Amino acid sequence: MNSGIVTNLWPIPAVPCAASLAILSLSNARRKSAAVLAVIGQVFALGISIFAFVSTLQTYSFRAVQNFTWFTFGDQTLRLGFVLDPLAAAMLLMISLVGLCIFVFSIGYMAEDKNFTRFFAYLSFFSGAMLGLVIANSLLLLFIFWELVGLASYLLIGFWIERPSAAAAAKKAFITTRIGDMGFFLGMLWLYNRSGTLLFYDGGSGCLESAGLAMLGASPAVAGFIALLIFCGAIGKSGQFPLHVWLPDAMEGPTPVSALIHAATMVAAGVFLVARVYPLFSLGGINGVTSSLTVVVWIGVTTALMAALIAIAQADIKRILAYSTVSQLGLMMVSLGVGGVAAGIMHLLAHGFFKALLFLGSGSVIHGCHGEQDIRKMGGLRRLMPVTFVTYAIGMMALSGVPFFFSGAWTKEEILHATEHWPRSHAPYFLMLAGVVLTALYMTRQIIYVFFGNSRVASERAHESPRVMTMPLIALAVCAIFFSVVLTPAWPWLHAYLRGEPVQFDLARLIQPMLFLSLVLVGTGLGLGIWMYREAGVQNRQRSAEVDPLEYAQPTLFRFLANKMWIDELYGRTVIAFSWAAAQLSDWMDRYFWDGLVRGFGAVGRVFAMLTTSVDEHGINAGVDGTTAGTRGLGRLMSRAHSGQIQTYLAALAVGMLALLLLYAWLG
Amino acid sequence: MNGAAFIVISILTLAAALAAATLRKLMHAALSFAVAFVGIAAFFFLLGAEFVGLALVFIYIGAVAVLIVFTILLTRRDIEKDRGFNWSGVIIAVALFCGLTWSILKTPSLSIVAPHIRALTVKRIGEALMTSYVWPLQCIGLLLTAALIGALVLVMEEKR
Amino acid sequence: MTPTLQIFLIVSAALFSIGLLAALSRRHAIFILIGIEMMLAAANLNFIAFWRFAPKPHQPPVGVMLALFSIAISAAEAAVGLAMIIAVYRHYRTTNVDQLDQLKG
Repeated sequence: MNSGIVTNLWPIPAVPCAASLAILSLSNARRKSAAVLAVIGQVFALGISIFAFVSTLQTYSFRAVQNFTWFTFGDQTLRLGFVLDPLAAAMLLMISLVGLCIFVFSIGYMAEDKNFTRFFAYLSFFSGAMLGLVIANSLLLLFIFWELVGLASYLLIGFWIERPSAAAAAKKAFITTRIGDMGFFLGMLWLYNRSGTLLFYDGGSGCLESAGLAMLGASPAVAGFIALLIFCGAIGKSGQFPLHVWLPDAMEGPTPVSALIHAATMVAAGVFLVARVYPLFSLGGINGVTSSLTVVVWIGVTTALMAALIAIAQADIKRILAYSTVSQLGLMMVSLGVGGVAAGIMHLLAHGFFKALLFLGSGSVIHGCHGEQDIRKMGGLRRLMPVTFVTYAIGMMALSGVPFFFSGAWTKEEILHATEHWPRSHAPYFLMLAGVVLTALYMTRQIIYVFFGNSRVASERAHESPRVMTMPLIALAVCAIFFSVVLTPAWPWLHAYLRGEPVQFDLARLIQPMLFLSLVLVGTGLGLGIWMYREAGVQNRQRSAEVDPLEYAQPTLFRFLANKMWIDELYGRTVIAFSWAAAQLSDWMDRYFWDGLVRGFGAVGRVFAMLTTSVDEHGINAGVDGTTAGTRGLGRLMSRAHSGQIQTYLAALAVGMLALLLLYAWLG
Repeated sequence: MNGAAFIVISILTLAAALAAATLRKLMHAALSFAVAFVGIAAFFFLLGAEFVGLALVFIYIGAVAVLIVFTILLTRRDIEKDRGFNWSGVIIAVALFCGLTWSILKTPSLSIVAPHIRALTVKRIGEALMTSYVWPLQCIGLLLTAALIGALVLVMEEKR
Repeated sequence: MTPTLQIFLIVSAALFSIGLLAALSRRHAIFILIGIEMMLAAANLNFIAFWRFAPKPHQPPVGVMLALFSIAISAAEAAVGLAMIIAVYRHYRTTNVDQLDQLKG
């Protein structure tokens, strides 16, 4: 095992984090140094990532680990580590490349923001944490970075802190993902309890290797539960149903943030997590079907279809993309669930590029339209913003899955292929086919609204973005196209790389039934979109320009979708109302029941104190006064814990120590 | 290890400590405090940790006890009012002592006599300080500096 | 008679209890500090005793090092604590801890 590079992996997360700290220490006016520092940190991470990637090419299924002891308690040691394998290396490369493009784009996009330096500090911090996440070799280390990216996401969604909606969205994102993380944490504890280690790979004794899996395999039900608990974390982070509600709201953050965190990298962490601990999910399965993987499939299917449907009826350019992200993440989950791990990861990587491209494109549109985000107010931008239009169209075609030249098409095909052969049920396959049509449909709708037709309110004074913003767009568009070279069935290099197999060139595999099927599906979606929205934004006798054609035809259905299937309202009425009621109940209990109890105790203490006082009065020396004071102090302590007297606190400590001694005596 | 010396030192130390805790006059208590620390240093000598014992003498009797005396002098006006004594503290302290003694006596593996060891020279301590404990040493240095500055800031005259 | 580890531990427990007594019972703030210093000294005595009675000698001598560092920390603590007493005295004109209950809930 060649571990030369793996010992030098730590700077990948460390350097962007250090850059973040350095930027934080700069004054608000040092904009240029902040941007330069952030970009240098990112370039550095990209450089090491490339080295790491190249060294994984040496052998098939390259895997190098470096573990170290974090601390020792008793005879247990807690060990963390880094791992380098094709999965980690590919993710590293994607994240640092997309991250770099987005950093450069942000220089233009955020140029007029007064908190420019703070933005870059957060962005670097996020990048460091995310890069650390993918190379973690311990579930605990992964969890640490997982929470750090959650924190970065929180900070960046709420970046425009003066907007109440941004603050609310940040809170919503943080709390919603925390629900999932709770499950993740419980799963981690249970896993540790079962296997005694949280390292993934440890020379044969890690929890994903034969010894650890054998220990878990003793009770497959428990292993399934652990896998599902860990999956809870992935549901929260990747915006899967039922915890998807935070992701569209997260679009309150600056657009580069949406591109980097809520489209390309962080939300993919959930998919990555499932792929990383895949042996746990597939443990004890027959034909690759286990109950936990079945749950993953159905959650993915639900999410993918639901989000695609909602996306059709949204008017905010970023929200459409957000729902499309949710839908694509669902698709990846389906792929993982049916056993197509490599296909899911390939789609994750390709999606990272083209979704970042789409988001940055939308950022460029918003920038050009002076902050307008409603697609019904745009239109005709293809003449005013040619570079943005061309790159956006490339991203749109990659997302819709137009075959041959766009990376998204091949990965989507691969996923459909994997889904088709799932032994348990064919329903996910057909639902996914419907999802492909829907994807093409809503992207067509969006692009017609934004770039075609006559110009409307917001697009009249639109202008093309500066070079610093268009260059990353072009770079990402080139990536989105050229990435397809390693994805084609004729030369499936990436697939082979991820699975650790030699790659073969075979032109015959290029033409498959699936290719025609997806051509038909995408054609249907595009055609349907063009037909439905041919008059979008055009005023005619029956309908004003602001009314969506679908809304005109099917008002009830449209309202149902436009209001996000009322899931937010449902949560508001049930979960949030319940916790509000619980809070009220606790408040009432606190006010009347517990307080009464405490007062009762206080009264007992006071009675006791009065008793001792009366005894004291017949006592002899002044010391007895002390006892009374002490007892009265005790009585006060019972009614109000905070006496303000340090000696009381100290005495409480000593009593606590006594209690421990007593416990020790009692336990023998 | 000498049994007689041990008995003498422990009686001296505990008596001085008790005096330091209970004497009415603050100045007497501070002096007893110094004597108690002489006793503890003697324990360290008895146990073969001469360097630590000397450090204890220097730091506690040379510095801390003097600081305490200074503080007493600087807050003199208040001393006359110090009459209170809290008896609940006695109960807690005695209970804790009984508990600790009980648990110590209950553990048979503690009734061992000292083995013969190589004398602990200052050279060995210095080596350890400069090799395996060099980081803690630097941290302690930083801490002491911070404490020094902090103490100065605390007692500086407030500017009005 | 050769003293055993137990006897040392009992002496240190006694020292600790006396320190606790001083810290809990006396009204004057300086006594609290004196008590805490005594408790720390008891802990140091334990460190040294455990080091001396260890069946196999350690290299480096961990107990001694811990005691040294603990002495340094307690010196810092004493300096800051006494400075605080002086500052509190200046402000409230008292060092009686019973009267210092600004944090009362």
